[in-house]
Amino acid sequence: MPGVGWLTMFMIVPCLIVFFYSFFERGVYGGIEFNFTLDNFRRAGESIYLTIFLDSARIAGLATAIAVVVAYPAAYAISLAPRERQTRYLFLVMLPFWSNYLIRTYAWIVLLNREGIINKGLGAVGVIDEPLSILYNEFAVITGLVYNYLPFVILAIYSSIQRLNPEIREASEDLGAPPWKTFLRVTLPLTLPGVAAGAVFVFVLSIGNFITPDLLGGGRLQMVGNLIYDQFLSARDWPFGASLSMILIAIMMALLFTQAAMVNRAQEQKEGARG
Amino acid sequence: MASARPGVSVLNVHLRLVYVFLYAPILVLMVLSLNKGGMPTAWTGVSFKWYVRLAESPEIISAAVNTLIVAVVSTVIATILGTLLALGVERRRASSGLDALLFAPMIIPDIVLAIALLSLFTLLEVTLGLHSIILSHVVFNIAFVCAVVRTRLKHFDHSVIEASADLGAGEFTTFRRVTLPMIFPGVLAGALLAFTLSVDEFIIAFFTAGAGSSSTTLPMRIYSMIRFGVTPEINAMATIVMFVSFTLVFLSQRVNKGAITGE
Repeated sequence: MPGVGWLTMFMIVPCLIVFFYSFFERGVYGGIEFNFTLDNFRRAGESIYLTIFLDSARIAGLATAIAVVVAYPAAYAISLAPRERQTRYLFLVMLPFWSNYLIRTYAWIVLLNREGIINKGLGAVGVIDEPLSILYNEFAVITGLVYNYLPFVILAIYSSIQRLNPEIREASEDLGAPPWKTFLRVTLPLTLPGVAAGAVFVFVLSIGNFITPDLLGGGRLQMVGNLIYDQFLSARDWPFGASLSMILIAIMMALLFTQAAMVNRAQEQKEGARG
Repeated sequence: MASARPGVSVLNVHLRLVYVFLYAPILVLMVLSLNKGGMPTAWTGVSFKWYVRLAESPEIISAAVNTLIVAVVSTVIATILGTLLALGVERRRASSGLDALLFAPMIIPDIVLAIALLSLFTLLEVTLGLHSIILSHVVFNIAFVCAVVRTRLKHFDHSVIEASADLGAGEFTTFRRVTLPMIFPGVLAGALLAFTLSVDEFIIAFFTAGAGSSSTTLPMRIYSMIRFGVTPEINAMATIVMFVSFTLVFLSQRVNKGAITGE
């Protein structure tokens, strides 16, 4: 399978190079000095960088939470539609997700800027006197992230609702549970693995995002992705940039493993209940 | 009746609002691209002048050509490798290591893959250009092609392969006459998606293109236009790019139902 070779050569090997670079020193002119050191990781823990990590995690966390809250009822609505329409509804959700990320993000600059449609609109109706500063801040970045990743969360939640055995829901209702109770006690817990899958995906893609904070944060707001970019292209401190990348990968893997463990546990419980 | 429940109609209103949220920003760009005056908030009549201006820009044209070269070549390579990979994976016992390898390109942050590839090319002293973008784009394209083809293979009745062998067909003949026609919609859908992804990809191309404008791709050009400021040309550019992606994604779903929605 030559594909495995390609992925090894152009993904695994490059990531290993970054892994090794993270333990070396930066050269005087921006190159790499091959002296072993842990300073890059120590430096990543300094308060200015730690703040950027925590800010990134907070922004990614908020974006994820909002995306899940908006996506769940939307996915649920799709799953209640007649069978033949569900695919079409889902396709309409996914269509923007497959289009140009830069442009989808740029659209929010047009909408949110001081002279933009939202400000002009609100001003015209008299809701606001002064244009709101809703671009180039955290609000704009979170909006952009939710906008870009919402389709995927809807898809993930929809597929977990789909996999649900309808008889379980019916049994709950036959036993006299009102719909809200069936939802809270049966549907929601059983679809949590799907929610977690979608949430982990959005969180991971958000925390390491570069374009959204770069365009909608207006350079004032830095996230880990921008920090890595700067280390490689402006500060020319590749070892430090490499250590930041490795920390990002470690966070990502920890989350993916947790989510996989959660799915496995749910599976075991299901089998245990049957057995 | 389910639809008579008030809760259900609230859910449906919510779903409609989600569609408005998803499509309104794109529609705004499309409408503004036709605005004669070019101002985002004052409508001064319909005009195609921003499209004409794009077509007259040699930088845009050369970026579009570069993008096409990268997308076509990386799609062809990724479609062949991704399809072979899907066939190989489905024939073996489940391997979580292989699954992780195929899942990684979809979830690894773009910026990390970008700097990793830049590190590799720098270490090997490879001159950067369109070829290094192509090598890089194949990485994530393989993963997507393989995923779409694998879904197709799940519904595949393997007894037909045995039947073909029993009737005396060689392995290659069986592949060409039986396997390939059956998985072809998946292969085509995967290729269309790979092409779309490649046409739209920015960060990895940006890091692996090298200095100089000879290997600038369209997304790189769009990025510098956006950084420069909001201009009516971007709206026109955005409209064209959106139409291209939407068409490709639509075709992909058409040839292989479920390519996009994952069923």
